[in-house]
Amino acid sequence: MDWLTILVTTVEAAVGVETVVYALAALGVNIQFGYSGLLNFGQAAFLGVAGYGLAVIVSTFGLPFWLGIVVGLASVVVFAFLLGVPTLKLRADYLAIVTIAAAEIVRLIFRSVAFKDVFGGSDGRRAFSGTFYDMNPFPPGQYGIGPFGFSERVLWVLVLGWFLVGISCLAIYLLMKSPWGRVLKAIREDEDAVRSLGKNVFSYKMQALILGGVVGCFGGFVYALAFASVQPDVFGTELTFYAYTIVILGGAARVFGPVLGASIFWVLLVLVGNTLSEAVSAGYITFMTTTQVGPVRFMLVGLGLILLLVFRPQGIFGDKREIALDAR
Amino acid sequence: MHAEPIGFKAKAQAAFAGLESEPGVRKPDPILVVDKVVRRFGGLTAVDVDHVEIQRGSITALIGPNGAGKTTFFNQLTGFDTADAGEWTFNGARLNGVPAHKVARRGMVRTFQLTKALSKLTVLENMRLGAQGQKGENFFRAFVQSIWRGQEDAITERAEQLLERFKLDKKRDDFAGSLSGGQRKLLEMARALMVEPELVMLDEPMAGVNPALTQSLLGHVKDLRDQGMTVLFVEHDMDMVRDISDWVIVMAQGAVIAEGPPDTIMSDSRVIDAYLGAHHDAPLSQEEAELQLQAAEAELEEEAGIEHAEPTEPNEPAEPAEPAAASEEKKEASA
Ligand SMILES: Nc1ncnc2c1ncn2[C@@H]1O[C@H](COP(=O)(O)OP(=O)(O)OP(=O)(O)O)[C@@H](O)[C@H]1O
Ligand SMILES: [Mg+2]
Repeated sequence: MDWLTILVTTVEAAVGVETVVYALAALGVNIQFGYSGLLNFGQAAFLGVAGYGLAVIVSTFGLPFWLGIVVGLASVVVFAFLLGVPTLKLRADYLAIVTIAAAEIVRLIFRSVAFKDVFGGSDGRRAFSGTFYDMNPFPPGQYGIGPFGFSERVLWVLVLGWFLVGISCLAIYLLMKSPWGRVLKAIREDEDAVRSLGKNVFSYKMQALILGGVVGCFGGFVYALAFASVQPDVFGTELTFYAYTIVILGGAARVFGPVLGASIFWVLLVLVGNTLSEAVSAGYITFMTTTQVGPVRFMLVGLGLILLLVFRPQGIFGDKREIALDAR
Repeated sequence: MHAEPIGFKAKAQAAFAGLESEPGVRKPDPILVVDKVVRRFGGLTAVDVDHVEIQRGSITALIGPNGAGKTTFFNQLTGFDTADAGEWTFNGARLNGVPAHKVARRGMVRTFQLTKALSKLTVLENMRLGAQGQKGENFFRAFVQSIWRGQEDAITERAEQLLERFKLDKKRDDFAGSLSGGQRKLLEMARALMVEPELVMLDEPMAGVNPALTQSLLGHVKDLRDQGMTVLFVEHDMDMVRDISDWVIVMAQGAVIAEGPPDTIMSDSRVIDAYLGAHHDAPLSQEEAELQLQAAEAELEEEAGIEHAEPTEPNEPAEPAEPAAASEEKKEASA
């Protein structure tokens, strides 16, 4: 068995592109679900709308990169607004139903034949990240320590990605210890109480939905740029559910919970997956083929998460006292 | 116990002098005027109030049997529910159709019968939330602590004073969800006061609060009036109603059936009918009412094992100390 490869891929997964993308998606979910109690099950669509906004502007219409970023961001805000207007006045479950359906609609539009000229059907879009890599300050080469390392392209993506994670965390930290954050947390606990104290609950929920969508959509940009392509099926519902898993793993309503959660989630997936496939190819495991390793690692990680929820329901960063309150 | 400055009470009650005990009677200086409010749930008319006025600077009690529509009435007035019909004005400004948060901002704040403590916020955070016009509640200003820090400190100081008054200062940093039922009632009332309302509407504020603390809270409610606030509260305990209210409004089956000063209201025949006959669809005849009252009393006596009880006439009570008896009968009758 090649332990070095396992070690290297695992360590790289801790800070890799997937971790950044999911950390950003989960940071957004944490604002909505963790702090405000909004069940947005359409987070994948926020990433998709941003990624496609950029891709379509640049590759379909041949317009400048920065315009693509602006259009991506603006589309996310509009999308959040459209989702919020009919649902935020209703009970929490309606938002969940509407957002999950809306996210699927968005994905199906992206891959539809009718709009193939614009969105590229199931192949998606590519050739829009040239400007981004032209801005890369790192000369070509391999960067890292010892066996760990990234190419200059990946490094550039990671530097920018972690910068986005950093400023998102800083913004969330500042907001959540302010009176604004207090209103959000209060809404999560009981909307009517907050209304009776003169706060416009609808407006705050809308702000939370938009902010969470914008933070999440950074993940969409990072994904699109890192892989220099967008495909509709990347933005399926699993992405949203992994983001929720990550939030709960890290501890809901904790600033760094989603970041740590994303790291652990991907480390576990990569570690379990690579160890299994190495063991299969080395002949230690005989009841499984290498193609079965993919699904099995998800089963094992899922099992691990179930155990975590049983023994540490508040997540890694969570406060046990808060969980105890739910039983009252 | 009753060392309150008699002046305020007398002054508040003077406003009601000479008013008739009729439902919908005009008050000299009403802060809230309600007209023809109707709320139906399917076939059930939960609220159908023709006209009622709440006198400014007074403590008004809203009483009535279970299911009379008191909470539903509160919900209509405060924008938590949409009335089928009706109009009401607060300080002369129309308030029907105004959303709940704007009602609160205008100075009319309510509490809930089923308390709504914000469990995962600390007691102090619950209190701070009540303050109005907070700069830090704006998304952009929230980022810059220096903009809202000073205001937050002032709010905290006010919150701490209130918590002390409500004997919750030791719980300051605990999660509100860890409070007992009675403590939550107290927190909710204190939190409502953080809004600095002109009119507070308390839905059974003392339910579940121990008697000693109730006494001191009654004192605080009187203080509110003495500071110029208007208080409207729902309460089932007649002793308490008599102790602090200046005026009593009685609801039954959705309608205001009587109003009057606390000392005499419970001897009003309509009120007695309401409490004893609340479960009849048709109004009782005089004879039926009397029969029922006697039956209820007989049962009461039996239970209490009292040898001789003074038979009370439903319409001409021997003394105005009727309410306590009536409230017991009410329990019996509804059993
Ligand atoms: N949302 C609702 N749907 C249907 N019926 C309702 C609803 N809310 C209240 N009611 C009915 O309206 C009537 C009045 O209820 P309400 O809660 O206002 O009574 P209340 O006077 O506050 O009683 P209590 O003293 O027990 O609190 C009751 O018959 C109740 O069943
Ligand atoms: Mg009620």
